[in-house]
Amino acid sequence: MIETQQPMVRMSSVTKHFLDVTANDKVDFILYPGEICSLLGENGAGKTTLMNILFGYYACDEGEIFIKGEKARLSSPKDAIARGVGMIRQHFALVPTQTVLENIVIGTHSGRSIFLDLKTARRKLLDLGKRFGLEVAPDAPVWTLSVGEQQKVEILKALYRDVDILIMDEPTAVLAPAETDDLFSTLKFLVREGRSVVFISHKLNEVMDISDRIVVLRAGRVVAKRQTRETTARELANLMVGRELNGNVSKKPFEPGPPVLEIQNLDVRNDRKLAAVNNLSLIVRQKEILGMAGISGNGQRELSEVLFGMRNPVQGVIKINNTPLRFGHPSSAIGLNMGRIPEDRMGTGLLMDLSVEENMILESHSCVDFQTYGLTRSKKINQYTDELIRAYNISTAGRDAVTKSLSGGNLQKVMLARELAGNPAIIIAVQPTRGLDVGAMEYVHQRLLQETERGAGILLISEDLDEVFSLSDRIAVIYEGKIMGEALAENASREQIGLWMSGVSQ
Amino acid sequence: MIRLRIAKRKPLPPWARVIIPVMAIVVTLILSAIPILLAGGQLWRSYFYLFYGALGTRFNLLETFVKGSPLILTGLAVAFAFRAKFWNIGAEGQLLAGALMATVLGVHLGGVPRPFALPIIITAGFLAGGVWAVIPAVLKTKLNVDDVVSTLLLNYVMWHIMGALLFGPLQQPGSSWPRSAAIVEAARYPMLLPRSRFHMGIIISFIAVFIIWIINNKTTFGYRSKAVGVNIRAAHFGGINTTAVIVWTALISGGLAALAGVGELCAIQYRLIMDISPGYGYTGIVIAMLGNLHPVGVLFSALFFSVIIVGAQTMSRMTGVPTYIAEVIQGMALMVMLVFLLFTEYRIRVMRK
Amino acid sequence: MAQLFDIAFLSGLIGATMRMATPIIYATLGEILAERAGVLNLGIEGIMLMGAMTGFLVTFSSGSLWLGVVAAAGVGMLLGLLMAFLSVHLGLSQHVSGLGITLFATGLAMFVYRLHFGSPTVPPIIHPFSQISLPFFSGIPLIGPGLFTQYSLTYFAWLLIPALSILLYKTNIGLKIRTVGENPVVADTVGVNVLLTRTLCLVVGGAFMGIGGAFLTLAHQNMFLIDVIGGRGWVAIAMVIFGNWDPFKGALGALIFGFLDGLQLRLQGLGIAVSFHIFLMIPYLLTIVALISVSRKASIPAALLKPYRREEKGG
Repeated sequence: MIETQQPMVRMSSVTKHFLDVTANDKVDFILYPGEICSLLGENGAGKTTLMNILFGYYACDEGEIFIKGEKARLSSPKDAIARGVGMIRQHFALVPTQTVLENIVIGTHSGRSIFLDLKTARRKLLDLGKRFGLEVAPDAPVWTLSVGEQQKVEILKALYRDVDILIMDEPTAVLAPAETDDLFSTLKFLVREGRSVVFISHKLNEVMDISDRIVVLRAGRVVAKRQTRETTARELANLMVGRELNGNVSKKPFEPGPPVLEIQNLDVRNDRKLAAVNNLSLIVRQKEILGMAGISGNGQRELSEVLFGMRNPVQGVIKINNTPLRFGHPSSAIGLNMGRIPEDRMGTGLLMDLSVEENMILESHSCVDFQTYGLTRSKKINQYTDELIRAYNISTAGRDAVTKSLSGGNLQKVMLARELAGNPAIIIAVQPTRGLDVGAMEYVHQRLLQETERGAGILLISEDLDEVFSLSDRIAVIYEGKIMGEALAENASREQIGLWMSGVSQ
Repeated sequence: MIRLRIAKRKPLPPWARVIIPVMAIVVTLILSAIPILLAGGQLWRSYFYLFYGALGTRFNLLETFVKGSPLILTGLAVAFAFRAKFWNIGAEGQLLAGALMATVLGVHLGGVPRPFALPIIITAGFLAGGVWAVIPAVLKTKLNVDDVVSTLLLNYVMWHIMGALLFGPLQQPGSSWPRSAAIVEAARYPMLLPRSRFHMGIIISFIAVFIIWIINNKTTFGYRSKAVGVNIRAAHFGGINTTAVIVWTALISGGLAALAGVGELCAIQYRLIMDISPGYGYTGIVIAMLGNLHPVGVLFSALFFSVIIVGAQTMSRMTGVPTYIAEVIQGMALMVMLVFLLFTEYRIRVMRK
Repeated sequence: MAQLFDIAFLSGLIGATMRMATPIIYATLGEILAERAGVLNLGIEGIMLMGAMTGFLVTFSSGSLWLGVVAAAGVGMLLGLLMAFLSVHLGLSQHVSGLGITLFATGLAMFVYRLHFGSPTVPPIIHPFSQISLPFFSGIPLIGPGLFTQYSLTYFAWLLIPALSILLYKTNIGLKIRTVGENPVVADTVGVNVLLTRTLCLVVGGAFMGIGGAFLTLAHQNMFLIDVIGGRGWVAIAMVIFGNWDPFKGALGALIFGFLDGLQLRLQGLGIAVSFHIFLMIPYLLTIVALISVSRKASIPAALLKPYRREEKGG
């Protein structure tokens, strides 16, 4: 059948390192003509990196790439496009103020003519549109189009350049269900004539629906290749999340107290004005850790931003120890004794160009101990900072060291020191150990557990299932802005969690 | 093929931050040799008269301070604003606002004794400039209007307001030129040293350096201002009211620039004319950059520029090099400083392909 | 009052509008080109002054007016190149680079002028361009004599406006320029050289600015004074915004400014006591209003003010 033909793409033993992370580890990937192949995996599994290499955006450190039988040395996306490879990302590469036609035509002229030949282009575009059922008004400015239509423009852009290997990175993340159906029929159309599509996703239902073959990546390696008709969602979920359980920290048995955090019917929109959090409700009690698992992009960011005071929800109520949180004002969260550990340490949580001390007092600089009539009391602040550096064992040249000179683990320690110093009632920790080495990770976990012993409640939002399983008392899974399911950690199976994470509700 | 790539470098040690501006000044002076030689001046003779003309005699030295005073104030104004990333290009207009307010009060405060008149004028002038800076700050924080363009445009609006008033209600009776009546004695800054123009405003500018230094380093407001300038998102995350910070910063910045205007009016000109400022507000920007946004750096940069400006007059007389070399040197100083600042953040990597 | 509607008055006003608007049209077009590619060029005032001075100097020395214009354009191109080096290639703050160039160019212009001419009591003059009456058009009643008796540089500006419009909207190069200004990453991905595009726009834009400055010393007046530009560069910055980065609309803004400028002169001449300063404030206030409404929409080239560095993308 398809497999007997010469592959469209053969990536052989591809390896890619970023600093100290191996994103792709000797990956072999084959793509046949006329098929839709899905790349399945969690965040950080290496799917997007692998395709970025195929698209010429990154160079691989080891390995070879063959496109249509020829060895390819790709130094930029332009080379990839020249060989017929196109990539459509989650964030469209379109210029909103320009028209559809202009977006498609840019960079394609032969160089001989000065004037934009929009007539020929328009004809070609309308032809393509008719052939593939991608009707878009050529002269409409892109910003007036719906997201689904914009995606069509992206596809047309690729087809216009005679792309026959189309890579789509999480294409349905931004689409409404009807638009998803539209997209799927378009993709089926495209492959009918021998083109191939790589479909990167974490949504099991869709993957089962649209693909012919599935390749599962985990931690940079290929763990399985399956024909879609020969596998099940269950099996795939297992393959995606793996079976190992690293239980290196243990939580003492406890009695959970009254609720510290209550979220009721929260609706939040993202920057594209689409619904990111959908009627979400949950409760975290004193002394308990609620672990929220889920692939990133399912509303975690918007949820945490609302909790932090950085975003306004459309509707909903959030209460901390029964006092309502004032939306859009970080000072409200701080005042209600929320400890906040944001996902983006360096961009949102810390002032990287300032000293450790100046970061330590960010939220407390106005309190009575540290100032009189607006004049800072340096000695007190110095003492405070030194104590925290000692208590958290932060490796730094001193309290005046500039924060960006600290390593990742120590940056997180500064963050923890600052946020936990006030004995918060509720701690929101988002991806707290991302990018940290094992030692730093353990430290963060131990600290968080200590906090619960003191009486705090913790909402842990993490993509790292090992972390979620080892720390949480209860686990909730978020998918497309809703809680797919909740379970006690001791009762939950990885398989069940994996299914929920991929959108399969059972 | 060799390609140059600009890449981030590790942060420099603190002493480098002091050395860099000094090196920039030295390099600038060396580069100034080019226009001097082109003008046919003898190099060492020119340098000598440049410095002698600014520092060589008692009168010259005091004049250097006189010319430096408005530069210190506008430099501080701009540096203080830039530190919070409020790009105040409007120091010139804020200066004029201060001068205008001082004129209006100075002409009419006939019966008020000086110990009362001066504080009133200074405070009112400060607020006038402050308000003129707060307008674009509000536009920035509430309506996302670019502060560079809005502060720039307001310079011209204020200039025309001044013109309209000087050809109108403020015009000196009987004159057909755009100039105001002279301000009363009580409104004039006292002269502090005989046989010179060394006036109270100079002391004010030095005090301002000290006060801004205190604000920046010893107050919670200064801390917030710094945080907003470094990373407004993190500052917001930390509970800082970033809008309030920017607005107050603008108020103080505009007020400082206005004090320069008040000084020029009450100590030098004694009446308002269209040319009351030869671009002090714009020069302040260069001075702020050269001083690395630090009050003491601003002080020294302003005095450096003042030396150049005053010295160029004498150098011009003695060697024939046109006085405009002062502006040339200033422009060069800025660009040299910019390049040096770039190299504190980045370095050039040569890559072979 | 009746004098306001005198045909001679109106005719003179129309002619003056066009004359006063010309340098601003050149400057605005030059700035539009730069900003469309994503660079705010605050060096405009200094570049215009250098253009004015260089044009005057070269004409004075050579006796040729057109040589002066070419020299002014050349100087503008060099300064545009300097701006490109600082802000595009080194990636320095566009604001500060531009202001530095204005400062430097202003000083340089005065310096070189003094060097060459010293400080004579009677300023040196040249024999300026004469106005040319277009044969058929100047016969049109009412507007003809005023509108179609202009300097050749003005007629050239009229041609430049649609030319720039065609360039931006109807050519491949124009599409590249606009994409670079909106989303340099997209442009880079399709193979457009972002740095080169920005540099070329700054250089060509600089040429326009230089010519605009030279107009003031070679046509409008016949001498060089230190304040000959008089803030017209900043007006151009405002007119770019007012005109929504479009050549025709920007030129319209320049015309409004020229109209107000010409009107206030004539009103003064008629002894009507309206403060001309209030008039001249209007373009700036209008621009601030335009700025507010623009900041709400997304008309501003999205990549304006951001240096483009294709850093090594990692992790």
